[in-house]
Amino acid sequence: MSGAEFVPLSLTPLLIGICAAVACALPGNFLVLRRQALIGDAISHVVLPGIVVAFLLTGVISAWPMMLGAAGAAVIAVILIEAVRRLGRIEPGAAMGVVFTAMFAFGVLLLEQTDTSSVHLDVEHALYGNLESLIWLDATGWASLMDPEALRGLPSELPRMALTLLAVCLFTWLFWRPLKISTFDEGFAGTVGIATAPLGLALVIVAAVAAVAAFDAVGSIIVIAMFICPPAAARMMTNRLERQVAWSVVFAVAAAVSGYVLAGYGPLWLGGADAISAAGMIATMSGVILAVTARFGPCRTRTGAPVQG
Amino acid sequence: MLQLATRDGSPAPAAGLDHSPLAIRGLTVSYGEKPAVFSVDMTVQPGAMTAIIGPNGAGKSTLLKAALGIIRPLSGQVTVLGRSLDAQRARIAYVPQRASVDWDFPTHVMDVVLMGLNRELGLLGRVRAWHKARAMDCLRRVGMQDFADRQIGQLSGGQQQRVFLARALAQDAELYLLDEPFAGVDAATEKAIISVLKALKDAGKTVVAVHHDLSTVADYFDNVFLINTRKVAEGPVSEVFTAGNLQAAYGGRLATAQVDQLSALPA
Repeated sequence: MSGAEFVPLSLTPLLIGICAAVACALPGNFLVLRRQALIGDAISHVVLPGIVVAFLLTGVISAWPMMLGAAGAAVIAVILIEAVRRLGRIEPGAAMGVVFTAMFAFGVLLLEQTDTSSVHLDVEHALYGNLESLIWLDATGWASLMDPEALRGLPSELPRMALTLLAVCLFTWLFWRPLKISTFDEGFAGTVGIATAPLGLALVIVAAVAAVAAFDAVGSIIVIAMFICPPAAARMMTNRLERQVAWSVVFAVAAAVSGYVLAGYGPLWLGGADAISAAGMIATMSGVILAVTARFGPCRTRTGAPVQG
Repeated sequence: MLQLATRDGSPAPAAGLDHSPLAIRGLTVSYGEKPAVFSVDMTVQPGAMTAIIGPNGAGKSTLLKAALGIIRPLSGQVTVLGRSLDAQRARIAYVPQRASVDWDFPTHVMDVVLMGLNRELGLLGRVRAWHKARAMDCLRRVGMQDFADRQIGQLSGGQQQRVFLARALAQDAELYLLDEPFAGVDAATEKAIISVLKALKDAGKTVVAVHHDLSTVADYFDNVFLINTRKVAEGPVSEVFTAGNLQAAYGGRLATAQVDQLSALPA
């Protein structure tokens, strides 16, 4: 494929897909190890009503109101989950399940009942995103990367997603040791000077920011898949957290690239006519990677029972 | 209950509030409506080994966690070495129950011990050779130096417990709080742990452990603290570890066999 075709049509969706995948996979490592992986799932669902309400209030699809709406919905969800958990005295997983499905359903209902047909905001968009449409029409080839005029026409999702990824990386790097210690042994972490409760909340907030930014660009399917699949697959490749996180990034990138390419060209190779949803294919590839590592990964047995060597 | 009340009013122990490594006043902790620990006073003697004993669900671990600030109490005060808990956290080392963590966590023995150095390392401090040397020394003290690179899930229960103890040693504290350090460990590990704890005591440190094996209390510890939600008794083993106090703490739950075994104790 020539640069003249690749750069305007595929480069930006690919980069956005990669950034979204890695931004979700990084906090996903800790969420999976803390048995909180469902939180990523919950967040990606609860933001829908927030985004719809933000749209209804402002009447436009723009990043900041939607982000604020999503954040507001996430806060309401956290409060509701805590309330259900305490008042109903049930386990957190069940409380999350009740709250996020109810809020997602409410969001779908809002979407159906209000006039959002004039804009690109509908249930399909919420699930699959619109990765393929995030093209860079101002680009004419690789040279456009150096052309300020063309760069101005970049889809705004790209810098936003890149910035989110940067923030997630920064958080992970800065709080690496406290995150690791408190994920392994929360009670002990408190005795070596780690503020475990604020740190746990910060992790959830970072995950929420990644989820909302990714949701906007690529839909909730990728978000759910990337929080869980790359970290879970990476865990089966190694017994060291450092290497697990590195593997999860490799898997997230591999899923994004292979998923995007297969969605665009796979059907053609198979004799079909149309491309299929890139977000759906990326999520599928992350599942395939997980299945492969679950079968062939070197560290896939639970070592709770003693192992030779 | 009358008996409990009088025991609560027993004469004040030797060390006052100001000098005790761990002094607890009026501590009440509740998970639901029923308190797990109710209005407990405790004054730990410095440079000694104290066992916290009591039946299952008596609030032993809860008492320890509240003393460490892991659980927020409903009421009560905790003073560590004469000052507030928050001011003295760096002088406390903690060994949680082995079963409280997931041993499938992707890490290895050396890394776990280095967690004990978190305060010194700070947020971004790099692990240097001397940090590793110190961690290795702690592993040597518990006889686990050959396992430094081992994935923690591959250890036996006793080995895991020793790694936890090594991590607490790395904290280099004045006060060591251990939650059931002998639960489910092999005889060799029990021996190794008790010799490390006695060495700590000889170095002037204070050791407090939740303990469940009544038959070893007299051998291992200087003082006992008997609890069953409320404090039952507190003091030197020779004075407080009596059949009467045990009956008061355990009620009918102390098996007859155990009572027989302990019948040599003063009544």
